[in-house]
Amino acid sequence: MKYAYYPGCSLEATAKEYNQSAKLVARHLGVELWEIPDWSCCGATAAHNNNHLLSLALPARNLAIAEAEGLDVAVPCAACFNRLRAAETAVRESESMRATISEIIGRDYRATNKTRALLDVMVNEVGLEKIKEQVVKPLAGLKLAAYYGCLLVRPPKLTAFDDPEDPMAMDRLIDALGGEAVSWSYKTECCGGSLATARGDIGVRMIYQVLRHARDAGAEGVVTACPLCFLNLDMREAQAAAAHGDQFQLPIFYFTELMGLALGYAPKDLGLTTHFVNPLPLLEAKEILRHPATRRETA
Amino acid sequence: MERVELAGSLRRNQALKSQVEAESGVVLSDCYQCGKCSAGCPVAAWMDYTPRQVIRLLQLGLVEEALKSHTPWLCACCQACYTRCPREVNLPRLMEVVRQEARRRGLINEKKVDIFERAFLGTVERYGRAHEMGLIVQYNLQSGQPFKDAMLAPPLLLKGKISPFPMKIKDVAGIKDIFTRVRARGGDRS
Repeated sequence: MKYAYYPGCSLEATAKEYNQSAKLVARHLGVELWEIPDWSCCGATAAHNNNHLLSLALPARNLAIAEAEGLDVAVPCAACFNRLRAAETAVRESESMRATISEIIGRDYRATNKTRALLDVMVNEVGLEKIKEQVVKPLAGLKLAAYYGCLLVRPPKLTAFDDPEDPMAMDRLIDALGGEAVSWSYKTECCGGSLATARGDIGVRMIYQVLRHARDAGAEGVVTACPLCFLNLDMREAQAAAAHGDQFQLPIFYFTELMGLALGYAPKDLGLTTHFVNPLPLLEAKEILRHPATRRETA
Repeated sequence: MERVELAGSLRRNQALKSQVEAESGVVLSDCYQCGKCSAGCPVAAWMDYTPRQVIRLLQLGLVEEALKSHTPWLCACCQACYTRCPREVNLPRLMEVVRQEARRRGLINEKKVDIFERAFLGTVERYGRAHEMGLIVQYNLQSGQPFKDAMLAPPLLLKGKISPFPMKIKDVAGIKDIFTRVRARGGDRS
């Protein structure tokens, strides 16, 4: 199983744990990730809010490189995934758009390859059965809120791999890893994205709502598949709680980090030591880091 | 909002209304004002007009009122409205277009949002990739709040999560060409 890999800018910076754990887990499960050489930024929200053509051309450049190699593209970042899918769909659906985009990016792009979210690849291509077989340190007793956010599942016409209102891919993955996915109503609520920076008064409130609902549903941690969701929730958790006279100690995880733990990798190798909200006390309390055979009965 | 004479306003603004429809691909009359978009909008509480009201303004030809609204600038682009719309009105796309038209007229209603996005695209054009540290520094300086989130910078640096140096790709010229060709097609400032 081989995919072109498009990490996206965050995975080289604030989301480096995501990159690190994704690569490790993919290798372990026999998924070859061919990093698109000299990949460039997808333009993110800034591009599509400013110029429609720019927002399609920037991702298309990367898709064209993968297409020339004959590979489908696996994308860990939910926002990049959404933008790459938008470019792919626009080019596939319109011959004139194909011509325009090819001219702008200075190379041929026909959208014959497909963009997939890394979560989709793991759950639906590698498959939960295979992942389950490889689990050596099940996440037993760990209650987690699967947080999808917006762009991984919306709009469904573009993303098309899970239900836009009640997606289950990450919940089923958590269960396969031996953990317990809690039922909660904020799994696709927006974290505010870049509003946390530009309009902190709004963004911090949105972040608080997500965290509060996860905690109130009984979750001990939140699982994400988006670097911006992760950064907002992890880096601004203390600020969001304080602004609302509340207190949390809710670690945030990338789904790949949890996969890595269950597959037996050390927290350090997965980047779990670089979070703002330290997840290690929770993992130690649940004895996740120990082999099941040596765990106490009460754990 | 002062009193308006609707028939005259619709007549006067017909061209602009059609332009918004053409650019966004949204047929404004598709919206039957059920309000589902606004009910599920996570940012609606902070908006001057709800998303439903913005469409209503456009339907009535009150385009200028829509252009003056903060709503398109605050839209988080989360796609909840579009996903739930029973008429499949692509509201996020409509918000983009309204906002781009507002910018063309110098109506930048959320300066910080605009500065942030401009700084972001600036790093992409210069380096081929977003540079988070450069982006935040530039954003803070231009938005007149040099110490915003300053307490977050040292831990980010220590954890190796941001770097003072951008990661420049090899084919920066190719990226600059993309920006240039988009501009040459009469697109907005980008």
